[in-house]
Amino acid sequence: MSLATPALGKDLTGLEPLSADQIRVILDTAEPFKEITERRVKKVPVLRGKTIVNLFFEASTRTRISFEFAEKRLSADTVNIGAAGSSVSKGETLVDTARNLEAMSIDMVVIRHWSAGAAAFLAARIPSNVINAGDGAHEHPTQGLLDILTLRDHFGTLEGLRVCIVGDVLHSRVARSNIYGLVKLGAEVGVCGPRTLLPASIEELGVTVFGRVEEAVEWADAINVLRLQLERMQDGFVPSLREYNRVFGITRERLESAPRRLLILHPGPMNRGVEIDSDVADGPHSVILQQVTNGVAVRMAVLYLLAGGAPHLAEAARDWTGS
Amino acid sequence: MTPAEPTVLMDGADVRRAIDRMAHEVLEKLGGTGRLVLIGVQRRGVDLADMIGEAVRAAEGHPVPTGTLDITFYRDDLMALGPRPLVGETKLPPGGVDDRAVVLVDDVLYTGRTARAALNELMDWGRPARIVLCVLVDRGDRELPIQPDIVGREFPVLANQRIDVLVPRLDGELAVVLGALDRP
Repeated sequence: MSLATPALGKDLTGLEPLSADQIRVILDTAEPFKEITERRVKKVPVLRGKTIVNLFFEASTRTRISFEFAEKRLSADTVNIGAAGSSVSKGETLVDTARNLEAMSIDMVVIRHWSAGAAAFLAARIPSNVINAGDGAHEHPTQGLLDILTLRDHFGTLEGLRVCIVGDVLHSRVARSNIYGLVKLGAEVGVCGPRTLLPASIEELGVTVFGRVEEAVEWADAINVLRLQLERMQDGFVPSLREYNRVFGITRERLESAPRRLLILHPGPMNRGVEIDSDVADGPHSVILQQVTNGVAVRMAVLYLLAGGAPHLAEAARDWTGS
Repeated sequence: MTPAEPTVLMDGADVRRAIDRMAHEVLEKLGGTGRLVLIGVQRRGVDLADMIGEAVRAAEGHPVPTGTLDITFYRDDLMALGPRPLVGETKLPPGGVDDRAVVLVDDVLYTGRTARAALNELMDWGRPARIVLCVLVDRGDRELPIQPDIVGREFPVLANQRIDVLVPRLDGELAVVLGALDRP
């Protein structure tokens, strides 16, 4: 059947394991969900009767709310669990927490965890669908997808598009998911930042490294500006926030010096005046709020595609639980 | 088993005549085009709604707002389907459906489950003054208490036979055929 789509499997742990076709299916599926967000009744009965647990071991506002909107607009029932004030703070292990939830017949888990690989670890051990909402410095696949969708909205195609990721690539799961996804879809990816904040062998992922932001601005069609976490300064990665802004900050002067009209993305939350200046964030180049809107549509698409898919993988995980 | 050569139940001219008649029935029932909107059900209902809209425009001299509706998210068998189908465009008509006389257009009426899903979705869009169901082919064998208001032709066929409506945009021709088992 020509409408058949490449299945996603049971879980979404990252963009690295996905094929270009699977990523395209998610992006294409997000399109009809954008329209639902504009309706008066912003809800369709797709996941009616499904229970989803949002298991957030790390603080998050934007991602958690975005997932929650996506779940509610698909009519799922949702429960939010944060690390503070739950059994997690009493020393319960991740698998025990998840198995206890399973015992209450849940269908999906959205997990954010400080440890890289947590989502994949859990996915192999419980029969529910698992969606990675950020695991350590590994991946944040739905953020990568929404960034890629926003780029595709503006440029029509990703083939040959030059996207530069500027900032703290070393600690950034957003950067990794963007790199995996963009490279698979045929974009050219650059990274730019202080050497201390670029991973040692980042070129092996198929990206071009720029030491100076002026070179990145000269080269790119779009720039994805990463948040500089303020504790990086205390840890000695950058000498000062002011110096970071002077050398790597995305300023209006830098955008005006670009040979073409650059598109500016930022995964939020922003440090205005550090990695991005206010007049850029609020200016005509910025698609930062459109990213937020697309985030809900992309997450609806992922939830929809995973629900009911790949029952044999769920069986395998059930067997593991039983043994 | 190789699919049998499809039997043509209605050729292009037959379909066009039926569409013209259905357009006039729409006008007769809903009294002019003042508050009329046409909603085509994805995928081939969209083409039929456009054809009816064109026939109404030809008869009345002004265009009718049209929209499209994909019922995928409202299916009652969604989670049993396996691979997820890609979803067609849902586009509300300009001005929405509130207080409008909505003509819901689909190609074949069979079990009634698509019509049920489409009705639920329309209700989530707003509060139409009235909804009428308009289909090119009624093949009978309903599983739900749903009946059409305007019908092109009735073809009571066996459960193991299928009726397909072919439209130029997707199939390269306009016809109603029996037994084309290999159509996507």
